Amino acid sequence: MTVAVPLSLTEAFDELSRTPEARLIQGGTDLMVEINFNHVKPVDVIALRRIKELRTWQVNSNNTITIGSGVPYQEMELGQLKELLPALAEAARTVGSPQIRAAGTLGGNLGTCSPAGDGLPVLFALDAIVHLQSAVTSRDLSIHEFMLGVKRNARNANEIITGVTVPVLDGWQGYAKVGVRNAMVISVASACLAVDKANNSVRIALGAVGPTIIRCRDAESWLEQQIDLAVATSIDMTMAKEFGRRVALESKPIDDHRSTAEYRRHAVGVLAQRLITRAYSS
Amino acid sequence: MSNSIGNEMYTLRINGQDRSVKDAWVGESLLYVLRERLELPGAKGACEQGECGSCTVLMDGDAVCSCLVMAATAVGADIVTVEGLIEKDPSMASTAEVITSQITDVQQAFIEEGGVQCGFCTPGLIVAVHHLLDKNPDPTELQVKESISGNICRCTGYGRIFAAVEAVVQVRKASR
Repeated sequence: MTVAVPLSLTEAFDELSRTPEARLIQGGTDLMVEINFNHVKPVDVIALRRIKELRTWQVNSNNTITIGSGVPYQEMELGQLKELLPALAEAARTVGSPQIRAAGTLGGNLGTCSPAGDGLPVLFALDAIVHLQSAVTSRDLSIHEFMLGVKRNARNANEIITGVTVPVLDGWQGYAKVGVRNAMVISVASACLAVDKANNSVRIALGAVGPTIIRCRDAESWLEQQIDLAVATSIDMTMAKEFGRRVALESKPIDDHRSTAEYRRHAVGVLAQRLITRAYSS
Repeated sequence: MSNSIGNEMYTLRINGQDRSVKDAWVGESLLYVLRERLELPGAKGACEQGECGSCTVLMDGDAVCSCLVMAATAVGADIVTVEGLIEKDPSMASTAEVITSQITDVQQAFIEEGGVQCGFCTPGLIVAVHHLLDKNPDPTELQVKESISGNICRCTGYGRIFAAVEAVVQVRKASR
């Protein structure tokens, strides 16, 4: 086994061509658990944590933000990122503990592609673009085409996820999650809601209730027909409840060691109802 | 030039010293390397999946779970373990005090306030509390709770630990 610690993307691609089967490691919060418990014994590892170009983010001129795959969650909880992407800040704050948020990254969430990854519902709600690079190619993929299933994604073995681009929307956005306690939990069910006033639309994405993150297109378009999302200042309880019911119908949860399908379906409905109520309560 | 480490030696910067790790499998966690290779048993191993915080160390100024850091990837990082906090503690700057006490103000407060029972979680909590107070000398109750939410203590019920944090805040305030 070898461990490479490249300092730039160019060096990382050199390592990747030398050891094409290498596992890429960012913060280590997923891979190290597998290694500690002897679930995997990687042949080679390429650590991306010291690649500075992956640890930066910027606001682009077209009102979007590009976040490098190596930016730790703790940076999304505060400052300008929190101001511009409040749903991402809320999701980041629910990730593990301060120790996990100092290490964990969106790149890791995308690489692992667990339906319970806390960053992913936000990326689905915002229609994020995922940036992938190889030594010779670079491509942009919609998040909806990137995540293929439980821990499966469209990354080719010779590619590195370099970052994501998301729009800065005008409208309320938030993230909510159910787990057994406040800190240090993996989602039993989660939801991200974002209002897009400019397009008179609402987006809601669900985590941990299906093989991929689920966008509830039917519930979204139903709500768009009920109220004018750009000008509304409140939403009545019956409508919020019906929205929750419709969201729950679009979830595809299963029973597993963390919860039951029935509870998860109920929980995402409640989360959706709460989020839309919060969106129109000020 | 990128470092590709096979089974040869690599060097980690720990508590201000360069420490070489020899004849080790390169997939080992930093926690394992600290405890089993470098005779630094302060960080404790319990869950080995980042849940309990008993292995907390500082890496480039961030509190992280050393069980989730592949040691060989920490080459070039500045690592501080609970054993190394004494040098970092500003209130222990006078050499006489370092020699006589060998513990930090946070450790002293944990003793005085009864924040230690079985003691297993204590090193991780000490590191987490130092990290909090170095960045935020006057935290709110919520900030204290959030900052140690990744450190599980099954004995104290946390009340005595919050009291210890508050005691350090007051002592440091008075000495400013």
